Amino acid sequence: MATLIEGVGKKTLNQLDYVGGLSIQLWAALRAMGASLPFVGNRYRWKTSVAQMLQIGVSALPMVGLMAVCSGFILAMQGASELRRLGAMHYVIDLVAVGFTRELGPLLTAIAVSGRSGSAFAAEIGTMRVTEEIDALRVMAFEPVEFVLAPKYLAALIMVPCLSIASNVCGILAGGIFMFFSTHLGLSLYLRYVLTSIQLRDVISGLIKSVAFATIIVHVGCLEGFRVHGGPDAVGRSTTTAVVKSTFLVIVADVVFTAIFYFTGTR
Amino acid sequence: MAIISVRDLVVEYDGRRVLDGLNLDIEPGETMVLLGGSGSGKSTLLRQMLGLERAHSGSVFVKGIDITCCSQAELRRVRRSVGVAFQSAALFNSYSIKDNVALALREHTALAPSIIDLMVWMKLAGVGLAEFGHLHPQELSGGMKKRAAVARALALDPEILVFDEPSAGLDPIVAAELDEMILLLKRAYEMTVIVVTHELPSAFRIADRIAMLYKGSFLAVGTKDEIRNSQHPRIRQFLDRVPDKMAEAPALAASFEKYVRAQEVNL
Repeated sequence: MATLIEGVGKKTLNQLDYVGGLSIQLWAALRAMGASLPFVGNRYRWKTSVAQMLQIGVSALPMVGLMAVCSGFILAMQGASELRRLGAMHYVIDLVAVGFTRELGPLLTAIAVSGRSGSAFAAEIGTMRVTEEIDALRVMAFEPVEFVLAPKYLAALIMVPCLSIASNVCGILAGGIFMFFSTHLGLSLYLRYVLTSIQLRDVISGLIKSVAFATIIVHVGCLEGFRVHGGPDAVGRSTTTAVVKSTFLVIVADVVFTAIFYFTGTR
Repeated sequence: MAIISVRDLVVEYDGRRVLDGLNLDIEPGETMVLLGGSGSGKSTLLRQMLGLERAHSGSVFVKGIDITCCSQAELRRVRRSVGVAFQSAALFNSYSIKDNVALALREHTALAPSIIDLMVWMKLAGVGLAEFGHLHPQELSGGMKKRAAVARALALDPEILVFDEPSAGLDPIVAAELDEMILLLKRAYEMTVIVVTHELPSAFRIADRIAMLYKGSFLAVGTKDEIRNSQHPRIRQFLDRVPDKMAEAPALAASFEKYVRAQEVNL
């Protein structure tokens, strides 16, 4: 019994330690973010941020776009198979447009970025830990959070919402293609229906989620990297853990935000 | 006044005492070698001197500032006067050698790019790598990496230069070349040099004084001759390369018997 209580206590303390680590890191990153901004910050950090934007955003665009197109088709076909029986095919447009803008666009993007970039952050920083590069930064009077993390965070805060918008567009276009082939609805008319069905608050709620997801992905990935101890196997483990934890936390955050928007009427 | 003072330093990992109340003064301009076997605590002591780890108790004064309890800004200021060549070189793999050396100059000084280029060339020429500045760390041999790490450590003309196991993993000729380079640099830059090593020829070649560590305590601190002529059994064992009893045949046999008995009990 004592062992069970000890085990539960230890797990709880570990989780609290993890949450504390994330909070401290987030605060440090927010304080260091100024150095990564253009014009007012350090130009080397801004250059790093731009390089990260290309890596997180531009390189991920084809993958995110393709995932969104596939999901758009799936959503439209699944919706149509039920709504057709009720003679409400036109509701497929609302389903795809609102579903993507509020939910699927940001979520699909977060899952793609988590798999691509979250794991890369953990691997990069973990390797830097193992090869003493993080220690080298510190003894050279650099702050690792400012030098390594802040440019990644700034890049993700800009690129993840951009990717979400791209994902929304691709998903909604896929729905339009489906509607054209299944009901011969013209694309321009489809887009006009889409614009009437989605509202600005849908777009804003999706973007707020994207910013939260970007924060989770970057901070979980980087914290896993910073906590690497040991050799290359520890780097591998941190990479896997980063993807698993960030995907899990993204979904938890999604539930929380959706609940907030639902109960506050911003839905 | 000592440039580095260690006072009653205690370091513990998970309740296990690694450094046990160490006291040491390193005078300006001297070469202090921290000598000891594997696990003696010499690298831990070095990490304490660099402010990379927290002590359990005690103080480490660098240039009169207690780095165990000073502010981050003070620690950064102290670190700018310390150059470190890590055991693994810890060069930033995404940067060329030239950029590795230029990094601290670009970020911590307001020098013009042309002056920085000239200084980088001088530092690289000083370690015999003037022709290799455009290469990346992964394109260099082990000895060249160590020299590049020295060039980077010298970038800001530090008052204290620290080497962690400089000869580790190098052949005797390259190791001897590195020893001569350390002596040359010390004469040229008039720095305080701290070297962590377990290589006896290297230690006796470059040291002004040697601090001999064993299981987290100093066995002796003295000049090369004092250490060489010491009659302390552990120092004699280390200098005469006498294996511990564990490695002797009867001791091995006893351990094996004990292991077999334990296995039988388990069965």
